[in-house]
Amino acid sequence: MNKKSYKSPIIMFVYIVFLMLPIYWLLNMSFKTNVEILGTFSMFPNKFTLHNYVTIFTDPGWYMGYINSMSYVVINVIISLAVALPAAYAFSRYTFMGDKHLFFWLLTNRMAPPAVFALPFFQLYSSIGLFDTYWAVALAHTLFNVPLSVWILEGFMRGVPKEIDETAYIDGYSFFKFFRKIFMPLIASGIGVTAFFCFMFSWVELLLSRTLTSVNAKSIGATMTRTVSATGIDWGVLAAAGILTIVPGILVIYFVRNHIAKGFALGRV
Amino acid sequence: MNKTVNQKAWFLVLPVFLLVAFSAVIPLMTVINYSVQDTFGNNVFSWVGLDWFEEIIHSQRMHESLGRQAMLTTIILLIEVPFGIFIALNMPKKGFWASFCLVVIALPLLIPWNVVGTIWQIFGRKDIGLLGHTLASMGIEYNYAQDVLSAWITIIVMDVWHWTSLIVLLCYAGLQSIPDAYYQAAKIDQASRWSVFRYIELPKMSGVLLIAILLRFMDSFMIYSEPFVLTGGGPGNSTTFLSIDLVNMALGQFDLGPASAYSLMYFLVVLLVSWVFFTVMTSIDKKGAV
Repeated sequence: MNKKSYKSPIIMFVYIVFLMLPIYWLLNMSFKTNVEILGTFSMFPNKFTLHNYVTIFTDPGWYMGYINSMSYVVINVIISLAVALPAAYAFSRYTFMGDKHLFFWLLTNRMAPPAVFALPFFQLYSSIGLFDTYWAVALAHTLFNVPLSVWILEGFMRGVPKEIDETAYIDGYSFFKFFRKIFMPLIASGIGVTAFFCFMFSWVELLLSRTLTSVNAKSIGATMTRTVSATGIDWGVLAAAGILTIVPGILVIYFVRNHIAKGFALGRV
Repeated sequence: MNKTVNQKAWFLVLPVFLLVAFSAVIPLMTVINYSVQDTFGNNVFSWVGLDWFEEIIHSQRMHESLGRQAMLTTIILLIEVPFGIFIALNMPKKGFWASFCLVVIALPLLIPWNVVGTIWQIFGRKDIGLLGHTLASMGIEYNYAQDVLSAWITIIVMDVWHWTSLIVLLCYAGLQSIPDAYYQAAKIDQASRWSVFRYIELPKMSGVLLIAILLRFMDSFMIYSEPFVLTGGGPGNSTTFLSIDLVNMALGQFDLGPASAYSLMYFLVVLLVSWVFFTVMTSIDKKGAV
């Protein structure tokens, strides 16, 4: 095929090396002792050690960061999906008063810089007693995740023919039964893709999660940045902590790998 | 699809409406409230009208941050968009390598933003980083913590590393939707590689590309964590972008009035530019289609 000759595997290879090299360097460092990191310079650890990982898994100051981050991310994904599913259905099936304005208004929240909301969120959640809880961060992240979910899900739902709804109602299904038994399985990959994006944006966000937590619900991102600013830097542990934050991403992306291109194909991120 | 009119659909939308109203409208009202008042502590507020807005509009600090931000966003878009398209054109189309590339390419997108900063912080250091060490041994002067140019280059390379994949994935999805028949027709016409790109691939990608550019604009305009971890806004103020500046003002100095006025103008600038982008690009899109 003539078409194939346009593609060069070398370009892809170079790009992937460019992407992987900094990550590899972090991985390499996480298996070194601090003495080796600061003393010698090598592409492979000379004295392979798991000490840095042991530190993280035994020190509550570190591993609680992961548990906290995971907790608010999961709560956020559940809330976002639960409220976005019916709304996306409404947007994809019906016209109602102010629907276009509402949809646009939702999307403007995706454009809101988190820095603008950091201070008011801090005061809002302090005043209702949610400061330093998972709920504060989970609710704060709905600001950009709910509009996103509605947007992605609406795209998937539009692809389901309306005749299916009508047939189900004629067959005597109630709305909830239809939604749960027939509609949700039809857009399962859409729900997967949405959950993936909600997970991703909540997991990678730093500013709001750092502002809204102090001790009890401190996220891993906050733990990492605060260690840097406190007593001198423990590079090995920092590298190991960084590697561990990448692991959930790899797992999630592995599970949705077949759906992700489809999600992107709809042009909705 | 023709939709039916149903006002009861509001009940389905109500949870979203309430939730987003809670997490967007209340904070925004707080900000507006602060932006027109002055306080001397103890919850005593006095009305100052638009004084804070005037102060911020004329403040050099905001001008400089906005200038730096605009420059960063422009450079990033100019590099990432062509580069992303170029990589997407070279992606394998199907089979094992296609999914392998997809997974590997998407990886930087899933790394927490502060860790992206940490990765490059380590990678660029002269004593322990591969990049910094290699450059130093080649005799190139490079220190992102002290040298403004190095800091900027590091931030730009970091952002290209972090976000080009998003553009690649979107363009790739657009390319996947082109039927093979188009290419066969082009081959019969003996179209050059360039005209295949210009008249088949680019028009088919324009929809997703529009979204990619819009997203990259919005997100780069809000950039906070990566430069915060990497340079902390330094050396001096040379990498203090809008978000970093605003957070310093709001949460560091706790200057409620000016920070709120700053916030509102920041938000408006993002909305305005996004809107202009969107209108201009959709009108170009329509012209191209005719």
